[in-house]
Formats: sequence, structure tokens, C-alpha cells
Amino acid sequence: MATTLPPPKIEILPVPDRSGNGHVGGGQNLIPDVANLRVAQQYSPPASSSAIWVGIAAICMSFAAFTSALIVRQASNDWRHITLPSVLFLSTLLLLASSVTLEVARRRVASYMLGADSNIASPRLWLYLTLGLGLLFVAGQYMAWLQLRSQGLYLATNPNSSFFYVFTALHALHVLGGLAGLLRAIRKLGNATLRRSTLNATAIYWHFMGVLWIYLFLLLWLKI
Amino acid sequence: MHETSAAPAVVHGPPTTFLSKHVFSLDHKVIGLQYYTLALFAVVVGMVLSWLMRIHLGWTNAAIPGLQALSPNGAPGGVMTPEYYLQLMTMHATIMVFFVLTTAPFAAFGNYFLPIQVGAEDMPFPHFNMMSFWTTFTAFLILVTAFFVPDGPPLAGWTSYAPLSAIGKDAGPGQGTGQVIWAAALGVFCIGQLLGSLNFISTVLDMRTKGMTLSRLPVTCWAWFITSCMGLTAFAVLMPATILLILDHVAGTSFFVPSGLVLNDQLVPHSGGSTLLWQHLFWFFGHPEVYIAIIPGMGIVTHVLITNMRRPMLSMKAILYSMWALAFLSYMVYGHHMFVSGMNPFSSLVFSFPTLMITIPSTVVVLIWIGSLYGSKLRINTASLFALGFISMFVSGGVSGFFLAQPSIDIMLHATYFVVGHFHMVMGVAAMFGIFSGTYFWFPKMTGHMMNETIGRIHFWLTFIGTYCIFMPFHYLGWAGNVRRYAAFTDDFLKPLIPVHQFITIAALFTGAVQLLFLYNLIHSRFRGPAAPANPWEGTSLEWIMPSPPPWNNFGGKDPVVYHDADQYGVKTASGADYIMQNSPEQALATSEGD
Amino acid sequence: MGKLLAVTIIIIAIASAVPFILHTWEPPADISTHGGLIDEQMSDTMIEAGVSFLAAQILLGIFIWQFSKKPSDTGKVKTFPGGAKGLVIAAIVLVGVEVLALGAFGSKAWAAVYFTPPAPDAMPVQVQAGQFAFYFRYPGPDGKFGPIHPEMINEGNQNLFGLDPANDVESRDDIVTAEMAIPVNKEVHLLMHAKDVSHSFYVPALRIHQDFVPGLDLSVHFTATKVGQYEIVCSQLCGLGHYNMRAYLKVLSQQDFDDWLKKQQAAQ
Repeated sequence: MATTLPPPKIEILPVPDRSGNGHVGGGQNLIPDVANLRVAQQYSPPASSSAIWVGIAAICMSFAAFTSALIVRQASNDWRHITLPSVLFLSTLLLLASSVTLEVARRRVASYMLGADSNIASPRLWLYLTLGLGLLFVAGQYMAWLQLRSQGLYLATNPNSSFFYVFTALHALHVLGGLAGLLRAIRKLGNATLRRSTLNATAIYWHFMGVLWIYLFLLLWLKI
Repeated sequence: MHETSAAPAVVHGPPTTFLSKHVFSLDHKVIGLQYYTLALFAVVVGMVLSWLMRIHLGWTNAAIPGLQALSPNGAPGGVMTPEYYLQLMTMHATIMVFFVLTTAPFAAFGNYFLPIQVGAEDMPFPHFNMMSFWTTFTAFLILVTAFFVPDGPPLAGWTSYAPLSAIGKDAGPGQGTGQVIWAAALGVFCIGQLLGSLNFISTVLDMRTKGMTLSRLPVTCWAWFITSCMGLTAFAVLMPATILLILDHVAGTSFFVPSGLVLNDQLVPHSGGSTLLWQHLFWFFGHPEVYIAIIPGMGIVTHVLITNMRRPMLSMKAILYSMWALAFLSYMVYGHHMFVSGMNPFSSLVFSFPTLMITIPSTVVVLIWIGSLYGSKLRINTASLFALGFISMFVSGGVSGFFLAQPSIDIMLHATYFVVGHFHMVMGVAAMFGIFSGTYFWFPKMTGHMMNETIGRIHFWLTFIGTYCIFMPFHYLGWAGNVRRYAAFTDDFLKPLIPVHQFITIAALFTGAVQLLFLYNLIHSRFRGPAAPANPWEGTSLEWIMPSPPPWNNFGGKDPVVYHDADQYGVKTASGADYIMQNSPEQALATSEGD
Repeated sequence: MGKLLAVTIIIIAIASAVPFILHTWEPPADISTHGGLIDEQMSDTMIEAGVSFLAAQILLGIFIWQFSKKPSDTGKVKTFPGGAKGLVIAAIVLVGVEVLALGAFGSKAWAAVYFTPPAPDAMPVQVQAGQFAFYFRYPGPDGKFGPIHPEMINEGNQNLFGLDPANDVESRDDIVTAEMAIPVNKEVHLLMHAKDVSHSFYVPALRIHQDFVPGLDLSVHFTATKVGQYEIVCSQLCGLGHYNMRAYLKVLSQQDFDDWLKKQQAAQ
């Protein structure tokens, strides 16, 4: 830059030290000492980082309960294997791809926030890509249900189909929650209120949806 | 001089409108009081249900005034039908376990005091917190609608065993719509609990003020933290169970219903489900749930006692480790509800082992409490009376566990009044005493008024004696083989026990009436009680540094700085006080402990 | 008031223990061969539980009595001798050993019921639990039970077990009854079948308690040692008639039992 700019007048409120060990901000802060910032108004307290893991723990317990129900149920004598609808292989790939695009998006957002990149369109695009892939995944799940129905397998037809619908529907419901989180992140990016911790939590949750799906996919493939 | 750090902005702004102040509040204190009010309302409903049940058991053919108006089907001419008895019983238990015992000690007091005791302005997710209350409230509303559907509430008990709970209305009145409503209410309740646990855990991990290391946390914070970890895992298993149960009702699935069942000469159209699966899922939740009901009470009692004994516990570490051990073991013992259920008898022995072992941490805690009384300067006030009463009740309730933990003895005592006596003593009385103790202790802080001590003591005495009169005889009945969940006692061997039931009923009605004193005290003191100082009990923890009641942002925009744990009682100070508050930099000159 | 609380706690504790000490309310006398171990376990546990209960409540009372603060008391706070360590060790060792012993000895009583197979010559009887009655079936001279056809169960025409004697040879001589009779001092192998929902088979005098599980055919075995009439009651909540669901168990001499069975057969 040819001219020297005065430091930007951005309202930054002090962040109290809450960790009890002397670190201010605890690494959640996105305010390094660089001029030319496009930084969200930071307000304290620094966001709780443990919450998303707490939520994930609860979701894991629920799916563990359903898994044990499946294992018990499978022992009964009316269990006949059903073939996994083929569209699931594709939708799995889409969901995994969405994790990749989300990681790209995260890095783009970070470089945008730090001022290294002035283009908001790029991070926004990659977030929308993630959103789109997620929506395609849910659509894929719906197509899988249609494929099952065309074989005459409905929710109550036999125990396998019951579990198939229950597992995939509940996972899809949680994915919809993740999509809502992504939308929220996109909106906050647009009006410069996106905190790194928010994006981190959204991303952790989204990746967890992928990991959970891989687990469910294998479970359904091998057990159902 | 108490130090504070630089003034930060707060988690949320001050409330401005009536709605944001009193209804949809983000303030954890308001949310805590909302939970308390919900629990208060629920306990009155639950108690009235228990009176109706007890009257019917003592005087089976009596016409109860007003009952016909409440339910013409359930009580034609005012005489309760057997199905209505079971329906009232199911709702009594469900309301008490979920909306009183899980709500008051944990959600009510925890929401109010956890952020304060860790030194925070609020919990990290106030919107989730607000949603957790309104979700719980919605669950209560859903549950209550079961009273008003044509066939009434379900009659399968709060344990709702399949297939009775899964095959629909042909199994009995209320087993159709009523059962589905029940399951839905519980499912919604689970969501509220999960949102709450999320906030509690995050508060303890991420919101502690400067100097508040984990080792300096008051025991109540640990109790709430442990309880929320348990709630997270336990309720996350109940929800799937209720979902599967609802599906069996409305979608024709057969998760819990095997084939070959015949009702009213018709084959039940389900096949291949597992009856025991419901029991495993339910009790995996159900046993941790009862520890969720008691651990906050243990924390409150410990907290109240150290303040009123003017000395710390002999070993706070022992109490904390024991609470963790109770929480951990509670997941391994659930099969003791299923000893004669038809599961593999070898599994019964396997489950009985940790069940017997769980006696050890319980004993450690009780012995530490009692041992800490030795040489203390025990102050007697209503809060400490209820705390001491808790110890007595917990011992009484716990000791019957010795019997029930052994499968061979369970052969005789399973599904008898011995079990009912056991869980009522620990949950219905001890946990309630924890709630009472917390109320009398913290009411001045929450409202700015002192409660009437005389009425409080009368409340304690009559309740203490009354509850022993109600629930001790349950053990005698059970010992004689009195089966539970009976609407009437028509068997030859049960008829001679009816006078005992009548005695219990009279004690129950009397003790219930005594609670009116408590209600009166609450309401009257809230408006007319003498003004409460900031620290009426000379306590050390952070709730006592703020005015009574606290301002909307707790510490007035300044974070406290903490120098000590909450156990600085019985110390010698320069000022002559026998205690040092957590945020005071003052150091003890010596402890007062001698030999 | 602390002293008053102390006295009250101790009085209540002793008063609570009195009915157990005096055996005011007792289970009915044992009429089984395996029940002795159970009864022994119950009384051993009662002693240990009773002692622990009284000791804890009395100690609580004594300490409240001694240490509730008097206004004049300005002395130091004292520590329990041995501090926490002694108490924790006492809890772990004493209670640990106590409960382990109870568990170990109790498993013998449990094993006597559940880990011993029925004798090869035990008399088989089937019991079916359904809302809200118990029905019993004897295999008849061929010693075999015919299959149950659930779709044929019809209380209206008294086909309680859904038998099809026209097509199933073994069903033809089955004897269905509304009360259960067994000969004294002869082992019985009870096969349990649930018709609709969960029920339970509880005969306190016989020291037998076992749930019926729909979908699982369970069994228990026992030997009754005393002639008499006893009640079989349902102890697993099964619906509105749960309180009334009962059948009579008649333990008869071998002669009386044979007569009873002949009469039931004639009435089929």
C-alpha cells in the first residue's frame, strides 16, 4: 500500500481471562495485531468450545441404543437380509465430498477474515457447495427409501426394513440440523458476525455427520 | 478487599420487556425459578394423585367426593375402578420422577446457582437454556393431556413394560392414545434435558472465572456436573426407546412385540419383537435416572452442612470420588431390576455384583457426613435440619438395598412393597429433603427475603416423622409378600394387611396436609418475609458475595477473582471471622481444628 | 433442638427395627426344598442390614446431640479420630467384605433354583398366564403336550390353550384346569407360557418367583413339602385385572392328587 493508513476504528471489547491460567482469549480470538481487518465484533465471553462435543456424545449414545436394539432384534427368527439400495453408495460419496468442501470453505473464510483475501464470494461459494452436497445427500436418502418401497419394503414390513428406515431417517434429521447450522454460518459471514468458534462448531458437527453415516452405512450393509 | 478483573461485556443484555424478563428469559436465574415453579406445581399434582391412590387402597369401595366429576369413567359414583387406580399410579410416578425429582434439584437449583458458583454471568448458551425450560414445560403439558383423552392416561406404570405398553388399546384402557401421549411427552422431556445438560457441562468446563480451578469448585457444582454427564447419556437412551415404542403403536412395527400373542381371542398383528429389549433400554436409562435424582441432593446437603457445621468435610475428595463412583457404577447395575425377568440367570449374578459394590461409595459418603459432625459447631436451622434428615432417610432407604441387590432374596421381594418402600425412602423422601434443604438455604438469596424459621421447623418435624410413618411400614408389607401395583387386596394372604395400609393412608394424608405449611411459608415470605442480607448463613461460596436477590448480570459486570476453595470454614482470621470467602485474598492464620 | 432431633432419630430407628426383630410381619412358612437357603440368606442379610442401619442412625443421633452448637461454645473444631482415612477404609473393607460375602453365599441359593436342571422324572405341568387368569395343562397319559395354536385360542368356547386335538395326537389327552394341583414331595417342572402380555408367577410359600415373558418359553422347577392350599398371584403389572389375577395351588398327597387328576380328566 502506498499510503499509511491509520488503525481501523473497530470496536473491540476486552476479553476476560476465563481459563484461570493466564491465557487471554484461549485461542478462540480472531483478532491478531494486523491492520486492515475485517473482523467480527468480538464480544465476550469466548465461546464455549466443549459444547459441540457434549452434543455429539449425546447423539452417539442415542445411536448406540438403537444399535443395541438392532442387535437384539436381529437374533429373532424372522430376520431376512435385504439388499442395500444402490443409491446409498453415491450419497455416501456426496456426504464425504461435502466434508472436503467444508474444509476448503473454512480455510477460505479464515483467509478472508484475516484480510489476506478480499473476496467474500469464494468462501461463500464453498459453504454453499457444502450445503448443496448435503441437500443432495438427503435427496439420496429419500431416493433410497423410494427404491425400498418399490421392492415392497415399508417401515413395518419386516424388522430389517424397520431399522433401515429408523436409522436413515434419524440420521437425515440430524443432517438437516447440520444444514441449518451451515445456513446460519453463511448468513453470519455475510454480515460480518461469524466467529471462528461458530464455524468450528458447525464444521465439527458436519464432519461428525459424515463419520456417523459411515458407521451406519457399514452397520446397515453388514447387519441388514 | 476483593479483586475483580476488567469489566467485560456480558453474554446477553439486560431484559427490557415483561416477556423477556419473566417469560422468555435468557437469564439463568429466571429459568431456574421457572423450573422450580414447574416442579412445585408438579409435586402438588403428584401428591394429590398419591392421596387418591392411598384412599382407594385403604378403603377400596369408598366413594371419593369429587372424583366422579374428575372422571366419570374412572370413578362412577366416586368409586375408583381398578384401571383408574393404575392410571393414576402411572401418572403419579411419571410426574414425580421426571417433573419433580429430575427438575427441582438439578434443573431448578442448578440453573440458578451453577453459573453463580463458578463466577460466570450466565451459561454459555442462554437461548438453548431458555429452550430447555420451555421444552420441559411443553413435555409436562403433553403428559397432562393424557388425563383428558377419552380413554384416559396409560395404566402400564412409569416403567411401561412391553408388550402391555406396545400393543395398543386392546390391552387396557388408556393403552392407546394415552400411552402414545406418555411416550411423546417423555421424548420431548429428553430433548429438554439434553439442552440443559449441554449448558451445565459447558458452564463448568468453559465459564469458570479467574482463579476458579476445578479443584476449587464447590461440591454442588461437581454434583450438577456429574448429574449432567449422566443425564446426557441416560436420556439419550430413553429417547430412542420412546421412539421405538411410538412406532410400535402408530406404524405397525414390532420392536417390542413378539409373534403369537392373543388378546380378546384375536391374534395380535405383530411378530418377532423382543419383550426384554424394552426392559434393557428402559433400565439402562432408568437406573442412572435415580442417581440423577439423588446426586444433586447429596451435593446440596454437603454444601448446607459445611456451612452449618462451620467446618469442611473430613475429606471432600472422598465425597467427590464417591459421587463419581456412584455415577459410573449406576450404568452397570441396571439389570437388578430384571433379576426374575427371564433374562439369563447368570446375568442376574453378574448384575448383582456391582449392585452390591455400589454400597461402598454410598457408605463412604454417609460416614464422611457423620464423621464430619464430630467436633463441629453444628448450627440448627431448617436448612440444616432437612440436611440431617436427608442423612437419616438416605441410610434407611439405602439399607433396604442390601436385600434387593441379591437375586436370591429378590425372589421373595421383587415387585412387592419392599421395593416401593426402598425407592420412596431414597427418592420420595431423601431427595425431597434435599430439595427442602436447598430451598430453605437459598430462598433468602433468590428472593431477598428470609423464610419464617418457626414454620420451617414445624414443617420439618411433622414431615420427618410423617414420612417415616408412611414409608417404613411399606417394608413390613413387602416382607410379608404384599405385591405392588395392586388396585385392591383381594387375596387371602393380603387381606390381613389392609389395616397397615389404612394406617399408611392416614399418615400420608396428614403429611401431605403439612406441606401446606411449606407452601404458605414460600408464598408469604416471598412478599412479606424480613429482608435478607447478602450472606445470612456466613457462607464462603460466590453466591454469598452478591446482593439478595442478585442483579440480572450476577456480579454487576465485574468478574470475581477466586483465591480459595469453598471449604474455608473453621479457620482463624485476622478479622475474627471463622470463615474466608472464596473471592477474598485473605489467608487463614491457622485452622481452628484441634483435637 | 439438636438434642431433640438426636433423640427422635434414635427412637425412630429403634421403632423401625422392632417389627423386624419381633417378626411381626413375616413371609409365609417355607414349603419348598430349596427355600431354606433363601430364608437363611434373608435372615443373615437382615442381621447385617439391621446392625448397619441401627449403628448409622444411632451414631448420627449421638453426634447431633453432642455437637449441635451451644451459644457459649467458642472452642476449636475437632476432627474425628483417624480422620477421613479411617472411615474410608472402614467403608471399603467392612462394607466391601460384608456385601461380597452376602453375594457369594447368596449365589448358592440362586444356583439352587436356577442352575440345577430339573430331575428327569420331574412331573411336567404347563401354566399359561393371560389377562387375567392362570390356566394349567397336564400332559395326560402320553406324557406329551400338544402344540399351542395361538390363532385357535378361544375363551368363548373354552379352548384356552389353542389346542387342535383333531389334528394333533398329543393334544387329545391333555388336561386343562383352572387350578394347579401337585403331589407333595414330588419335583414339578413348570413350563411357563405367556398368552398376551408380561405376567409373573409368584408363590411366596414356595419361594418361587418368575416372570412370564411373551415370546420366551421359560420354566422353573421345585418340590413342595407340605400339603395345603396356597395362592399363586400375578406380580407383573398386566392390566386392570392384575390385582385379581390369582389361582390356587393345591399340594396333595399322591393318592389325592391321582383322584383329582382323574376327576379333571373326566371333565375335559
